[in-house]
Amino acid sequence: MALRKPPLHDVYAADASFTGFGGWEMPVEFDSIRAEHAAVRESVGIFDVSHMGEIAVSGPDATALMQRLTSNDVTRLSPGESQYSAITDESGIIIDDTIVYRLPETRDAEFLFVPNAGHDEEINQRWVDHCEEWGLDADVENQTEDWAMVAVQGPDAAATVDSVTDADVTSLSKGNLVESDVATVESLVARTGYTGEDGFEILCPTADAEAVWTAFAGDCTPCGLGSRDTLRTEMGFLLSGQDFDPEDEPRTPYEAGIGWTVALDTEFVGRDALAAAESEGVEETFVGLVLRERGVARHGYDIVADGESIGHVTSGTMSPTLGEAIALGYVPTSYAEPGTEVAVDVRGREKRAEIAATPFIEDH
Amino acid sequence: MFEAPEDRKYLESHEYATTDGETATVGISDFAQDELGDVVFVELPEVGDEITQHEEFGVVESIKAVSDLYAPVSGTVTAVNEALFDQPELVNEDPYGDGWLLEVEVADDRSSKTSSPPRSTASKPSERQ
Repeated sequence: MALRKPPLHDVYAADASFTGFGGWEMPVEFDSIRAEHAAVRESVGIFDVSHMGEIAVSGPDATALMQRLTSNDVTRLSPGESQYSAITDESGIIIDDTIVYRLPETRDAEFLFVPNAGHDEEINQRWVDHCEEWGLDADVENQTEDWAMVAVQGPDAAATVDSVTDADVTSLSKGNLVESDVATVESLVARTGYTGEDGFEILCPTADAEAVWTAFAGDCTPCGLGSRDTLRTEMGFLLSGQDFDPEDEPRTPYEAGIGWTVALDTEFVGRDALAAAESEGVEETFVGLVLRERGVARHGYDIVADGESIGHVTSGTMSPTLGEAIALGYVPTSYAEPGTEVAVDVRGREKRAEIAATPFIEDH
Repeated sequence: MFEAPEDRKYLESHEYATTDGETATVGISDFAQDELGDVVFVELPEVGDEITQHEEFGVVESIKAVSDLYAPVSGTVTAVNEALFDQPELVNEDPYGDGWLLEVEVADDRSSKTSSPPRSTASKPSERQ
């Protein structure tokens, strides 16, 4: 199947190298992952994240539908607020994670939520099917092709974004969103991100993506998925399809360390299984690791202790900020205490490692 | 665009060996280091180890990829660039100079086919993972 191209693809094609991700051909690197990573930690970078899905939900039962298909409590959201949530199956296994935006009242749709790359069609179908099955009066629309999304991230993001918006985004609370023109393009500007830095995610119509991207070209370092991955790994943020996956890495929100997204006092698919899991406690949990020997722990490598495999790495990289190899993975809870000494099997060689608290970097 | 000095031979997989004398310096090409991006780790044989042409002798890892290294010559390792253990980025900064990987005493059997410098359109370094 041909890869989907984000609307900005041709705008930066000459400057980037590309990779397939979630069915999309995305920029992995512009200049260097290390330089892009540093720009976001120290000043400001811009990412094309148009591979993320957008699904709009409207109608009288929009809230009920969202409530019954996501783990968090959407009734806590006022217009202009957002919420991180898990989409779970009947057994409480995470299918995907998502940001749910409750849109400002001036918009047609009440909710817009953002599933991960490559999940938009499956999740949209899940919403449509359940809406019908439950006889709810809601409209669900997969708008992934209608929206471009860019993330402007870094300590200088607020000043940078504010300079091209008509709304005052510097006073926007973390997690909130407003309608605003961005370089004259009608957009939604949310103070959200996936890097651990202050920043904004800007949703604009696909046709106007270039105008928005170009408005930031002079001020922001263009960044690819490579640095997006090193930045989120330093924060210990989950990557859908890798740190959890309904087929390859089936995990509940409790195992994955996002039990705080589970509102057991609401009714949603997976709620009963998760209530049981919550009272029983987890056997394995998501942890950070730091290698104490040279090497890099990668996805799929075994975590070893007392002479046997006790778990595995789901994400690993060299931390550009720390200059140390960091990883994320699952271990039995008895090994989960930060400071616990373990090893990672790196291509047949055991490298000493230590369980570490996340975020790996300070002051985040 | 990418340098490929003619005083050395190259494998399709972009490892090079210098060809002036009994000792060859082995490394990866400018194109290869650029394809890999920021190199963060190298795994190399030890002095005294034998390497065999076209067979794996080590691994170079960038932030985004793990790549096997293939020997451009056969012979005995006489030196390893230990500077790379603390400064693997030298492979990016100076692939034909300070970013060398090994020195090898080339085995007598020089049946190796010489090859011309690779074009930048040649195959990428083999990536795994």
